[in-house]
Amino acid sequence: MTLRVDCDVHPAVPSIAALRPHLDPFWAAHLAERGFDGLESMLFPPSAPTSARADFRDAGGRPPSDAAAVGASVFGRHGVDRAILNPTFPVTMLFNEDMAVALARALNDWIRAEWLDRDPRLRAAIVVPLQSVEAAVAEIERLAADPRFVQVLVPAMMPEPPGQRRWWPIWRACARHRLPLAIHAGSAYRQPPTSIGWPGHLAEEEAAQSQAFQSALASLVTEGVFGAVPDLTVVLVESGVTWLPAFLWRIDKFWRALRPEVPWVDRPPSAIVRERVRLTAQPFDAPDDPATVARILSMVDAPHALLFASDHPHWRFDGDDPVPPGFPADLVRRMLTDNPLSTYPRLREAAAWTA
Amino acid sequence: MPRHVVAPAHEIPPGTRRRVEVRGHGVVIFNLDGAFHALLDRCPHMGGRLSDGVQTGLVESDRPGEYRWSRPGEIIRCPWHAWEFDIRTGRFRCEPDRFRVRTVPACVLSGEAVAAEGLDATTVPVTVEDAYLVVEL
Repeated sequence: MTLRVDCDVHPAVPSIAALRPHLDPFWAAHLAERGFDGLESMLFPPSAPTSARADFRDAGGRPPSDAAAVGASVFGRHGVDRAILNPTFPVTMLFNEDMAVALARALNDWIRAEWLDRDPRLRAAIVVPLQSVEAAVAEIERLAADPRFVQVLVPAMMPEPPGQRRWWPIWRACARHRLPLAIHAGSAYRQPPTSIGWPGHLAEEEAAQSQAFQSALASLVTEGVFGAVPDLTVVLVESGVTWLPAFLWRIDKFWRALRPEVPWVDRPPSAIVRERVRLTAQPFDAPDDPATVARILSMVDAPHALLFASDHPHWRFDGDDPVPPGFPADLVRRMLTDNPLSTYPRLREAAAWTA
Repeated sequence: MPRHVVAPAHEIPPGTRRRVEVRGHGVVIFNLDGAFHALLDRCPHMGGRLSDGVQTGLVESDRPGEYRWSRPGEIIRCPWHAWEFDIRTGRFRCEPDRFRVRTVPACVLSGEAVAAEGLDATTVPVTVEDAYLVVEL
């Protein structure tokens, strides 16, 4: 059986009311009494053109929030028969740890009940409350028995850089359960989303995401996470991809000079990244010229690194085709099948589960 | 390779180094605990003079947070980009199979042996009582 996988699809949470059946009774009552009816990140304002393509929106003009509508848009395109849901519902922004834990649990249970149980072709990421390392690990442990959860999702801008040792119990839980760590564009907003301060416009914040991916990768590499957690795979989701070669040239250069500072990094960072990091290929920041695209593809080790993604319903691509111009057919085949299957062990294990 | 007398051995005591010119090439000679090691004084990266760099030790690690310090004085760091080279082997610590400084054979000969071999002694006056550092290049 040849699976074809869309590695980045976004289910929208329509309202807190939708999560209510999955909330602990206290939190269900408390959030209702507070009139707390939604949670939105400034990176994904519901009406912004980037948050959902107009023709993907539901009757109320909102990003699609039910499995049938999303399935109808996603499956069939490129012969895709599996899709990984990455909820960007911003639990990580909250400052109330208990509320974050309650909402993360409700979100994951809502995804299971309203999406995974409704369409056997769907898979999902586990959203973890980064307000508490202990609670994040517990949430992974709670859901790990369900093979339809195939990765763990965190924003590129976590409360602290992701390589720092305080986070390692989460990364170890990922590895223990064969769940890649998916780092998605976004922020916990514990610091400005650009390194120079708070941006005034969405375009600035969108453009700054690739900086965050670079810093997150630099942190994971220099802090030695890939050596300390040998079975951890990292997937960069919605990163834009083409910043990667310049970043690797730069960090390799600094590593050659500054190795004594991080003596546990015993190989060029580029070699570590090539072995352990994968990237979803949408959006792909490049000109339309196929010759330029081909050169970039060779620089990012595309045949092994890239995963097919529609990024549905987000809209950061110009045409209707999620595969950027200049991608050869053999690469597209690898992105759709070989690379997702080698990246996500649970996609292979769960194949039988839905048969 | 012709051999060249480059200095009286006692002028480069343990823990010191010296740059010499041999047939138009810079050579840096290190005395590590009485043993002489010579390298071409030219970083294989971009040509920095290693003899102007910091001589240090080796830090290694098996896991983050662990620092194992050894071989003090046996690593030379290029003054330009801080690449670390093993003075004993010339190898670049980061990518030892990819970059290395050329090592230059060096030995100590008595003045008598220098005279017997008829080595060029025009730049370094030789007496039979003294010992001399000789490099092959």
